[in-house]
Amino acid sequence: MKNLKKLYQQVLLDHNKNPRNFTSLENPTHYAHGVNPLCGDDYHLFLQIENQIVKEVGFTGSGCAISKSVSSMMSQHIKGKSVKEIIKIKDAFIEMLTENLTASEAEHLIGHLTLFENVKEFPIRVKCATLIWRALEAALNNNKKATTE
Amino acid sequence: MNLKKDFPIFDHHPDLVYLDSGATTHKPNMVIDEMKEFLSKAYGTVHRGIYELSVQSTKQYDDCRKKIQTFINAPSEKNIIFTRGTTESINLAAFGFVKDMINEGDEILITEIEHHANFVPWQQIAKEKKATVVYAPVTDLGELDVKAFETLVSNKTKFIAITHISNVLGSIFPIQKIIKLAKSKQIPILIDGAQAIAHENVNVKALDPDFYCFSGHKMYGPTGIGVCYASDRVIELIRPMTFGGDMIETVKKEGSTFTDAPLKFEAGTPPIVEAIGLGKSIEYIQSIGIETLKKIDQDLTKKTITEFKKHSWIKLIGEPENRSSNISFEIEGIHPHDIGSILDNENIAIRVGHHCAQPTMERFKVPATARVSFGAYNTDNDIDQLMRGLKNAKEIFG
Repeated sequence: MKNLKKLYQQVLLDHNKNPRNFTSLENPTHYAHGVNPLCGDDYHLFLQIENQIVKEVGFTGSGCAISKSVSSMMSQHIKGKSVKEIIKIKDAFIEMLTENLTASEAEHLIGHLTLFENVKEFPIRVKCATLIWRALEAALNNNKKATTE
Repeated sequence: MNLKKDFPIFDHHPDLVYLDSGATTHKPNMVIDEMKEFLSKAYGTVHRGIYELSVQSTKQYDDCRKKIQTFINAPSEKNIIFTRGTTESINLAAFGFVKDMINEGDEILITEIEHHANFVPWQQIAKEKKATVVYAPVTDLGELDVKAFETLVSNKTKFIAITHISNVLGSIFPIQKIIKLAKSKQIPILIDGAQAIAHENVNVKALDPDFYCFSGHKMYGPTGIGVCYASDRVIELIRPMTFGGDMIETVKKEGSTFTDAPLKFEAGTPPIVEAIGLGKSIEYIQSIGIETLKKIDQDLTKKTITEFKKHSWIKLIGEPENRSSNISFEIEGIHPHDIGSILDNENIAIRVGHHCAQPTMERFKVPATARVSFGAYNTDNDIDQLMRGLKNAKEIFG
C-alpha cells in the first residue's frame, strides 16, 4: 500500500476533522477565493495584516482531507509571522511539492508542514495541497481569486 | 459472463477494477484491431481521391454511417451527422438550429440535472437572444418530475433538451413520454444520449426525437467521433457551423453553395479512422447484444446498491426507480477525492468530483460525489473489490 497510510497520517486526519481557524474574518485587510474548478475544492481565505504582521487568519469552504488539513496547518503556521516570512514559507511549501526542494531543506521554513511531502507521490493531489497557498499568494497580491487549473 | 478477455487493457492491468465507463469505456480488441488494420492496409482520404485506396476508404467510411443508421434505426444515412462527440452534436443543434428560431422572451426547457454539455450551450443562446432557460425539477429520488415538466411547457417554449440517462444519478428519464408531449405541442426536442447509447436499445424511428446525440468513446469506440442524429423535420433547417472543404457544392469568388446533409455539416477531412472504429464498436455491441449489455449493467447496479445499503456510512445520492449505473454516493466524513485516492491505490478506478454537472451538485446539496459506472467488462468480483476498498477508506479515516 505505497505510502497511502503516510498520506493520510493522524495529524492530517485530525486537522481534517477539526480544522483550526475555520472561520471568516469580518473586516479582513486581505482576502482571496481559492478554487479548483475541476475537482470543486473551494476555500475563502481571510487575513488581518497590521504593520506587515499577520495578526489574524481565517478560512472557510470545503474540499478533500488534503486541501483542508493543509489550510488548517497553514493558518496556524503563518499567524504572527511577517509578510516577508510567509512569502518565503509559501514558496518553500510549493517548491517542496512541485520542484526539487526536499522536506529537510524546507523544514526550517515550513515546520510540521513537511508532512505533506508525501503528496508528491500522488501527482494528481498536488493541486489539493497547493490550493490554499495559491489563495494566500492572491490575497497578498490583492487578487481576489486564485485557481489551480 | 466475463467479457474482460475482449479488452486488452486488462491483459496489461490484470488487477484493474475499472468503474468509470460513464466517463469513457475501454476498447475491445475488435475495435483496436480494425483501426490498426485499416491504417495498415486500406487508409486513404475520403470523398476526394481518384485512386483505389481512397475509393476503398470512402466505401468503408460510408458503410460506418450505414451501421450507425441501422443501429439506432434511423430512416436514412443522411440523418446521421458525424461530429467529434456529444458536446459538438449538442452545439450543432444549438447554434445551427435552435439559435435562429429563438427570440426575446422565448424559453428553452431543460432539466436541472443536465450535464454541462446540455446546459451551457442553452444558457449562451438565452444570453445572446434575451431568452430564458427553464429548468424542470427532479424529485429527491432523482426522477424527472413529469407533472412539473408538463406545467412548464407553454407557448413560450421553443425547444426542449433533456438527457436520456443522468450521468450523475443514473436516472433513466421517461423520454418517450416527454418526446410525445413535445410533439403534441410541436416543440422540437433533443435527447442527450451519451450515457444511454451503450446500455439502452435506442430506436429513433419509434422514439422520434428531433435530435439524438451520443459519443463513440462511451460505447467501446474511439475518442474524437460522435453522432448527431437529426430528424427529417429538422435536418434541412440546420445551418452548417463549420465551413470549408468537403461541405461545398460549388465555390466561386462571388459566393459558394453547400452540398447536401449530412456532408454539409462535416467540413474538412473527417475522422476517418475513428469512424471505422466506431463502426466496429457497434458490431461489438451487436455481437454481445444490447439487451445482454443492459442486463450486465442492471445486475451490477442492483448488487452494488444492495451492498451499499448494508452500510449506514454510505449515502446514495438519488435513488431513482428506473435506473442505470452511474451510482453516486458519499461516505460520511470522507471527501470524494480522498475516497478516489484510496481506491486508486488498490487499482480501483472510480470518478470523483462534480461530474460536469455542477447544478446537479447544487440540487442535491453536495460539493462533489464519488461515482461508479459499469461497462461490458465488469463482474461481481469488481464490486467485491470496491466494497473492500471502501471499507479500507472508512478504516483509514476512522
